[in-house]
Amino acid sequence: MSAGNYWVAFRTIVRKEILRFSRIWMQTLIPPVVMVALYFIIFGNLIGQRIGDMDGMNYIDFIMPGLVMMSIITNSYANVVSSFYSAKHSYYIEEMLIAPIPNIVILLGYVTGGVVRGLSVGVAVTVVSLIFTDFYIDNPFIVLIVAFLTAFLFSLAGLINAVYANSYDHIAIIPTFVLTPLTYLGGIFYSIQLLPEFWQQVSLINPVLYMVNSFRFGFRGISDIDLSLAIGVILFFILVLFSFCMILLHRGTGIKH
Amino acid sequence: MHALEISNLHKTYANGLQALKGIDLTVEQGDFFALLGPNGAGKSTCIGIVSSLVNKTSGSVKVFGHSMDREPIKVKSLLGSVPQEFNFNTFEPVNEIVTNQGGFYGIPVQVARQRTEFYLKELGLWPHRNVQARQLSGGMKRRLMIARALIHKPRLMILDEPTAGVDIELRRSMWDFMAEINRNGTTIILTTHYLEEAERMCRNIAIIDEGSIIKNTSMKTLLKSLNSETFVLYLKNTITEVPVLSGFGSTLMVDEHSIEVEVPESLSLNDLIHQLDAQNIVVNRMRNKSNRLEELFITLTSKSEKAS
Repeated sequence: MSAGNYWVAFRTIVRKEILRFSRIWMQTLIPPVVMVALYFIIFGNLIGQRIGDMDGMNYIDFIMPGLVMMSIITNSYANVVSSFYSAKHSYYIEEMLIAPIPNIVILLGYVTGGVVRGLSVGVAVTVVSLIFTDFYIDNPFIVLIVAFLTAFLFSLAGLINAVYANSYDHIAIIPTFVLTPLTYLGGIFYSIQLLPEFWQQVSLINPVLYMVNSFRFGFRGISDIDLSLAIGVILFFILVLFSFCMILLHRGTGIKH
Repeated sequence: MHALEISNLHKTYANGLQALKGIDLTVEQGDFFALLGPNGAGKSTCIGIVSSLVNKTSGSVKVFGHSMDREPIKVKSLLGSVPQEFNFNTFEPVNEIVTNQGGFYGIPVQVARQRTEFYLKELGLWPHRNVQARQLSGGMKRRLMIARALIHKPRLMILDEPTAGVDIELRRSMWDFMAEINRNGTTIILTTHYLEEAERMCRNIAIIDEGSIIKNTSMKTLLKSLNSETFVLYLKNTITEVPVLSGFGSTLMVDEHSIEVEVPESLSLNDLIHQLDAQNIVVNRMRNKSNRLEELFITLTSKSEKAS
């Protein structure tokens, strides 16, 4: 097997993953767009007008990057956790396990599928946001790099969840009890400067805070966190989760007897 | 060169179940090899290890001289596997399942599509190429897994009960197909519960029971070791008691028109007919009670059970 063969295998996994979520677009692409549109209507337009400015900008402009980031996080995670768990649960993960594909190709294939879905939803949500707010990006490169790295990170996290899950309930527990609270408390709807000193420090433990703030910096040019620190934290978590995923695949945890 | 060489293979599952207790097995290149055993004997564990789906506890596996531990990618590229359970995404169309498998083996999509067409036509699935796999019948699903396993032209094919749940007509056409693959040079390892299938197709055989190989020989040698066969005889006249047959094994009266007689290797059917004739019993028709391999299989596995 040459690098060319591995490239074919990688493309096959990615194509399969993209086809999977595209075929069920009513379940995968539309709901997050509808949900975020509701956030814009309720928090942006209705309540936002009463809140006034946040960090020197309209409240709707403040929450827009965070809402896009929330969609990227939940969708990249959901894509990999549901796809990998289904493959495991229905045994068709074996199609890849018996094939001469290195574990890193399997991992990158699934993660790329998650990244593509996360970014697709992110773009769709950004387009919807134009109905409610003006389009303005301070630094497109930072927006793209942070969106990509975040989708990559949460796709890895989704794979770990899928490896350990033994039922469909298990793939819902982490998003409900861990991911959603971290996201909501990650500075999407408020600046941590509003919090008392103690809670500001507590907030710094939340990795989502770094993603939301660096993303907001890309869009609006403001952030509660230093950009290089934020990118460093994201890269650190990617490194840790990537290594952990490789160990799991090498051991065959949850997928081999 | 051996197509498969297994040495001292052990597998103990996390729950403590010792599924394989140090088995040794070699399969020659080009062979059509039967791996038989009762349910839970360790066949699927053994096949799972060779197919990289089960982690071994210890021992070594070589495929065409390549070590599974040192060259796993090479070993996988030489191997095709048709498992017992359906293991494809039932929501995917038939042709995509086969073509994607080609992709996993690094086969460019154009080539994979050509091969998909060839194998789906060979296996009678081409008219169903665009339907979701869940809409196929059980027999079609089995053939789909065979087509998928052949997409990269493996040199060693492992077929784990490929004809389970398939009607007899289709089973015969699958036998012909498997025989042709074997004639073209692919080594085949077959597990099946249809012992007639193993007897008909395979040249060599291993019987595994309770995690150990209890017999590993050629089919001819094994069948020769059968020292008696049981026949069912349908009688023209009515009998009220079991006829007395000298030199024969157990004789049972099934009903007033039929008996079962165990015929030892030392005696012929002519001897049997002659003795019955002497008692004015006329035989209308007769048949084997079970096929020869089945009799041996039951004898060997029950011996192993008693010994343990």
